[in-house]
Amino acid sequence: MKMGYQINEEKVFNSGHAACPGCSEALAMRYIVNTLGPDTIGVVPPSCIAIISGPQPLSSMRMPVYQTTLEASAASATGIARALKAKGNDHTKVVVMAGDGGTYDIGFQSLSSAAERNEDFIYVCLDNEGYMNTGSQKSSATPYLAYTASTPAGKQTPKKNLAEIMAAHRIPYMATATTGYPEDLARKVAKAKEMKGLRFILVLAPCLDGWGLADNAGPKVSRLAVESGVFPLYEIENGERYTLNYGSKGTPVSQYLALQKRYRHLNQAQIEEIQREVDLEWQRLQRKLAT
Amino acid sequence: MNKNNNRILVNGNHAVAYGVRLAQPKVVPIYPITPQTPIVEKISEFQAAGEMVVELMTAESEHSAMAACITASLTGVRVFTATASQGLMLMHEMLHYASGARAPIVMFNVNRTIGSPWGFWPDQTDSLAQRDTGWIQYYCEHGQESLDTVLQAYRVAEKVMLPAMVMHEAFYVSHALDIVEVPAQEMVDQYLPDFNPLHRLDPEIGESWGNTVNQEMFYRHRRDLGLAMESVINVAQEADLEWRELTGRGYGIIEEYCCEGAELVIATMGSMVGTARDAVDNLRKEGVPVGLIKVKLFRPFPFEAVRQALRGVPKVMVLDRNFAPGTGGFLHQELKAALYGLERGPAIHGYLTGVGGTNISPTNIAALVREAMSTQPVTSSVWKG
Repeated sequence: MKMGYQINEEKVFNSGHAACPGCSEALAMRYIVNTLGPDTIGVVPPSCIAIISGPQPLSSMRMPVYQTTLEASAASATGIARALKAKGNDHTKVVVMAGDGGTYDIGFQSLSSAAERNEDFIYVCLDNEGYMNTGSQKSSATPYLAYTASTPAGKQTPKKNLAEIMAAHRIPYMATATTGYPEDLARKVAKAKEMKGLRFILVLAPCLDGWGLADNAGPKVSRLAVESGVFPLYEIENGERYTLNYGSKGTPVSQYLALQKRYRHLNQAQIEEIQREVDLEWQRLQRKLAT
Repeated sequence: MNKNNNRILVNGNHAVAYGVRLAQPKVVPIYPITPQTPIVEKISEFQAAGEMVVELMTAESEHSAMAACITASLTGVRVFTATASQGLMLMHEMLHYASGARAPIVMFNVNRTIGSPWGFWPDQTDSLAQRDTGWIQYYCEHGQESLDTVLQAYRVAEKVMLPAMVMHEAFYVSHALDIVEVPAQEMVDQYLPDFNPLHRLDPEIGESWGNTVNQEMFYRHRRDLGLAMESVINVAQEADLEWRELTGRGYGIIEEYCCEGAELVIATMGSMVGTARDAVDNLRKEGVPVGLIKVKLFRPFPFEAVRQALRGVPKVMVLDRNFAPGTGGFLHQELKAALYGLERGPAIHGYLTGVGGTNISPTNIAALVREAMSTQPVTSSVWKG
C-alpha cells in the first residue's frame, strides 16, 4: 500500500538513553525526532519518555526539550508555538511526546482545547495502554479485560477511542501508527511535519514490562495488533477523509493475546468476546472508509 | 484619550490593562473569571484595534493559561495573564513550576474570596495562600498604583528572573472609577528594556528545561531561587525610585504614613490602606497619636524596612482582610515573625477585619484604634467584623 517509503533520518536521537532493552517507545521516539530534525522543540510530560529524554545535564536528543506537568503538555506546546510565531520564527517545529495517561486522561482537557484552537504543533501520543512508568496501572487507553495493577481482574470497560475523538475536532491530520511498521510511522511524521495546525499521531507502543512480553517481542506484538485488526493503521484528514494504510489480515486475536501476560487470565469465552468486539470495530472502520 | 491630556477616567482593571499595553507583552494567555475579566477584555480590545501586537491564547482553564505563560516566557518573549480566586487556586501547581523555571511572568490577580461557599467579595486569602510559591507579590491600593506597579513588576521580575503577581481587590478597586495618568510609551520603553533572556528554548542554543535532577542540584536550585528572591528588596526599591523620578509617583516597598510620634501604628495592605488613611487623618485631627504602614511588597517580605519603621513604636494594630484557619491573619503572622527579637519591639494586636468582603469604614477603624490603645493584645488574631 505505502511500500517503498524510504526513512530519512537526521541524527537527533542518540544511544545511551535509559529505556529498557527492546523498548518500543524509544524506537518510536527515534523515528519521530529523527524525521522532524534538529530544528524542533520538544515538550514531554512525566512518563517513560521523560526518563528516556535524560536526566539533567544529559539529553538523548539533540534538540531543546521542555519537561512539563502531566496534564499541561498541549498548553505548554501552545506557549512555545505562540512565542515562536510572535518572534517571527516560522521554521522551528514544536512536538509533544506524551504517554496515554498524559493524553487520554489527565492531559485530555488541554489537548482538546489546543485542537479546537488548531494550534500549530504536532502531538504524538505514545500509547502503551496504561500507566506503565508508575508500575502498570489502568488508564482510559487500557483495553477491555487487560490486567493492570489497578484492574487485577481485568479492565471491565473498553479502550477509549481517542483516534475518533481527535478526528471529531476536525484537526488537519490524525493518524494511527505503531512501532512494528517503522516506515509507516516515519512517513506519517514526515507528512505531519509539512502541515500546519494541530496534527495528532497515535502510536501504539507495546510495553515489555507492562504487557508481559519477551524482550524481543515488541515488533512482533505490534504487527499482530495490526494484522488481527486490534489496532488498524489509518489517517483522517480534516476530520473526514479516511485512508487505510494497514488493516486486519484476519489473523485471530488469540494469537495477539497469547504473547502477553496481561491477558493470560482470560478464558476461552472472554477471548471470543474480545474477537467479536474487534470484528465489530473493524467493520465500523470499514464503513467509514467506504463513505 | 485627549491628545494633550493623558489623564483618563477608568476603573482599576482597565488601569491595569493600560499598564499591560505599555509593557507590550507578546503572548497573553487568558481565561475569564469575575472580577478579573475586564482586564483581559480590554487587552482583547486593544489587540482588535491594532493598539497591541500580541498573541492572545484563549485557554480552556487557568491551569493551561499559566502552563502556556511559562513556556512562552522560556521561549524568550514577555508574557502577561490575569486571574482571581478559584483561577489562582487552579494555577497553584504551575505557580511553583513558573518560579522553578525562573520565568519572569507578570500576572495580575484580583483578590476575591475562595469557595466554598461561592462568593465574589474582596478578600486577599487567594493570593496570600500562594505566598510560598516563589512569586514576587505586590498589593495595590488604587488603579493608578496598579498600573504603575505592573510596569515596576516587569522591571523587577526580568532583572531577578522570578515571576511577579500584582494584586488589587475585587470591586473596591477593580471596578471603582478613578482618574489615572497613563505614562508615555517612550518613557516606559526607556524604563523597561526589551526582554531578551540569555537562556531560552531555542534549537540554536539547544538548552532543555525541567529534566530530573539529583538532590544536590535540587538543593542548589532552591538556594539560588532564594537568593534571587532576597535580591528583590533592593531591585524593587531601585525600580520604584526611578519610577518616581520619571513620573513623580513612587510607593516604596512599604509606606509610612503619619508615623512620627505615633503611639499606635496600623499595619495593613491593599484597599484597606485607603480607609485606614482616612481614619488616621480623622484621629490625628482629634490629637490621637496614630500612624499607618502600608505593606506593598509582601514577597519577599520587607523584614528590615518593617523593623526600621516599627522600632520604638509602642503598639501595632494589624488589619487583615484575609484569614488562614489555624494561624489567623497572614500579615499578623508575618509581622510577628518580622518583629521577633526586636529591641523595644511593639505589642501587636491582630484584627481580622473585612474578611469575606464585609465593609470596614474609617469609623470602624477609629473605634478599633481606641480599643487597641486601651487593651493588651492576645497571641491570636481576633475577629472584628
